[in-house]
Amino acid sequence: MIYLDNAVTSWPKPPEVLKAMTDVLERVGGNPGRSGHRLSIAAARVIYDTREEIARFFGISDPLRVIFTGNATHAINLALRGILKPGDHVVTSSMEHNAVMRPLRRLEKLGIRLSIVPCASDGSIEVRDLEKAMNSTTRLVVINHASNVVGTLLPITEIASIAHQSGALLLVDAAQTAGAFPIDVRAVGINLLVFTGHKELQGPPGIGGLIIDDNVDISQIEPLICGGTGSRSDSEEQPDDLPDKFESGTANLAGIAGLGAGLKWITDKGVDEIRDHMKKLSQALIDGLSTLPKVRIYGTLDPERSVAIISFTVAGKHISDIGLRLDEEYGVLSRVGLHCAPAAHKTIGSFPEGTVRLAPGVFTTMSDIQEAIQAISKVVRS
Amino acid sequence: MTQYGVVLFHTTSSVIRAEKLLIKDGYSIKLIPTPRQFSSDCGIALRFDWNQCEMVKSVLDETKVEFDSIHFHDTKRI
Repeated sequence: MIYLDNAVTSWPKPPEVLKAMTDVLERVGGNPGRSGHRLSIAAARVIYDTREEIARFFGISDPLRVIFTGNATHAINLALRGILKPGDHVVTSSMEHNAVMRPLRRLEKLGIRLSIVPCASDGSIEVRDLEKAMNSTTRLVVINHASNVVGTLLPITEIASIAHQSGALLLVDAAQTAGAFPIDVRAVGINLLVFTGHKELQGPPGIGGLIIDDNVDISQIEPLICGGTGSRSDSEEQPDDLPDKFESGTANLAGIAGLGAGLKWITDKGVDEIRDHMKKLSQALIDGLSTLPKVRIYGTLDPERSVAIISFTVAGKHISDIGLRLDEEYGVLSRVGLHCAPAAHKTIGSFPEGTVRLAPGVFTTMSDIQEAIQAISKVVRS
Repeated sequence: MTQYGVVLFHTTSSVIRAEKLLIKDGYSIKLIPTPRQFSSDCGIALRFDWNQCEMVKSVLDETKVEFDSIHFHDTKRI
């Protein structure tokens, strides 16, 4: 079997991740911050250590500004619904996932004003267009770091400076890049970074987070969920302390332990090395697919300007048939359809049919890619 | 008999942060359930040797760990 669906969730996971998860449930197991006994304290240490590792990994100094959430969607909702008020203006791109689009469309009904900057058919953005969309009431720019449909990287450093010139905050959805591409929150000028644990950070599903940079005033963000935090238990009011203000309810201890182990695994391997490996796989996929008849590849076709996500269609064939045959006949696992990103597919010209998406991962080898290309070649020709 | 002090915090994260910093600096400390006579803010408090009170406080101040208050507490042994 060749798993080329790492953009939806990475698989397999490093053995260290599985071990960290079973170890923490077997040996630690307490509920952090709720009780004062050794298992509760041990759980709190695991969570704090992971918070610290994440802060270091993304280049922020205060680990308490790493907020754990259930996934990237949860983190995006926390930021958008927590910050935006009726009358606020938001700028985003036409390449966003529904994790961004749907909460924004919902908020639009509640009175926020939305500008969607059209991107080019390869998924890239003209920063001048984004600059033109800004105005004095723009509160937030929300942008993906790389498209989940075609992998195209967006110039977040330039976008950060445009956002800041207008006095707006920048929220970056790094679901497809965290762990696969180096990200330094401070150096880029990101105010809010959303990551997910279960993709390139090699952790399990069910854990993600929001990183809030030092220069964001926490009092301006409303919590999405209120409840027990183990802190200030004498009060019926939600505390203002970080990270508790945004982290009510029992934490996903096993998920956080797994994420911590994934992060360590990536750090030991080196994000730059991982990036190099992924670029080679990407290039091989593009080269292989380019030789096939009737195949149209979407995106920049340039591994330097994208992460390893390749979308294609075949003239005269349904993507669902291709996906099914690749799975059943050749054991090549892809994801076909709209990838929860109708706006992105409209932008690249593949709506409403969608594309076949191939997303290699860190464990994918060059021979996996060659084998997958042979399988696709047979499916395309018959 | 050792005389102890306790540092009270608002959040678990701050307790763990303080613990890591103080252990790194070689202090003999222990996390304990917050003595009920002091506060109900956070379930865990940090117990230390009362003789080191000033030094513990200066570590917390220098590293900007948020804490609620420091109290004398001599009822329990490590």
